[in-house]
Amino acid sequence: MDFKRQFREGLLNKNPVLAQLLGMCSTLAITTSLFNGLGMGIAVTVILICSNVLISALRKVIPNQIRIAAYIVIIAGFVTMVDLLLQAFIPALADSLGVFIPLIVVNCIILGRAEAFASKNTVAASAVDGLCQGIGYTVALVVMCVIRELLGSGTFGGGLLNGGEGIRIIPEAYPAMQMVMPVGGFITMGLVVAGFQWLLRRQANQKKGAGK
Amino acid sequence: MDGNYINALLGILLSAVLTENYILVKFYGICPFMGVSKKIDTALGMGMAVTFVMALASAATWAVNLLLVALELEYMQTVAFILVIASIVQVVEMFLKKSVPALYKALGVFLPLITTNCAVLGVALVNVQEGYDFLQSVINGAAGGIGFTVAIVLFASIRERVDKTDCPPIFKGIPITLISAGLLALAFMGFSGLKIF
Repeated sequence: MDFKRQFREGLLNKNPVLAQLLGMCSTLAITTSLFNGLGMGIAVTVILICSNVLISALRKVIPNQIRIAAYIVIIAGFVTMVDLLLQAFIPALADSLGVFIPLIVVNCIILGRAEAFASKNTVAASAVDGLCQGIGYTVALVVMCVIRELLGSGTFGGGLLNGGEGIRIIPEAYPAMQMVMPVGGFITMGLVVAGFQWLLRRQANQKKGAGK
Repeated sequence: MDGNYINALLGILLSAVLTENYILVKFYGICPFMGVSKKIDTALGMGMAVTFVMALASAATWAVNLLLVALELEYMQTVAFILVIASIVQVVEMFLKKSVPALYKALGVFLPLITTNCAVLGVALVNVQEGYDFLQSVINGAAGGIGFTVAIVLFASIRERVDKTDCPPIFKGIPITLISAGLLALAFMGFSGLKIF
């Protein structure tokens, strides 16, 4: 398997959030501080790797007709484990992500990778795929978080750095609160996707130019 | 049933439709919101299907939760709820196919998609968190679905026009759609603070 290509696809060309627009609910809802974004990204990556590995290992056992139901049960099992672990060891993260942790079950990225990749490929390739797609998701979340947190609360690294307060960059009187509210989520996401499309387009043009 | 209880029910209804709109305020169910909002007709069909399933799922998960609490298996909530929702969707699909073929034709394509709609699982989890009783759960589910329908139909009618506009190429498609959704969410922010009781 071509690890480099899988990595590039997960991060850029087939980035689960920015290119395939999967898992948008969590991307829009929880990206208000770096802590949330990193926590959610890592949680989803872990679940994605585990479910990809198990589904790939069982791909010859699960009957085709009930495969979706089987995938959902496997995913829900891992989500429950992660949910309980977070509640026990990182209660602050569990509190701030709230109901969006159990909602990882219906995150289309995980079911999508199970159906599109893990059900057709070997265990090792599926694990790598889970890791790459998870990293792509985490990077997209972190980009969103940094922009929204900076403009909305005027800080960087909220919940993580400087004793949980975050490093203040814009003085307290100026940030636009709307940016950490739903409005800001949609608009930031729109701008980030536009920027991403611009990047891909420029890359494609350069390749075309080099080929001539 | 006394007045206070009815007031509380009305409060749940109003907040689920407007102030706590499942899509534009709470961000549940963004995938179908983006995916099936290209035309008003299909958006309305999806909204109706989701409303129906959300009300049914609220009722069913309320009962399942009683069972889980009785057996002290609360940690199995997520697994149990998603299974219940998946089976409800399947049963509804089979039932409609057999007995109301006209409605099935209208909703058919959307039904399987609903299983992975976060709004349905979300409403079930919220009902448990808030400790709603049976009637409150069902009303919250139905009202959440109505809020979903309102948002998706409004958005589809905006989108039909946005798609015809001449915008910069990198904004074409999803980015401009997301930004118009943002403006719609801004309009819904006007409802926040609205309280009848």
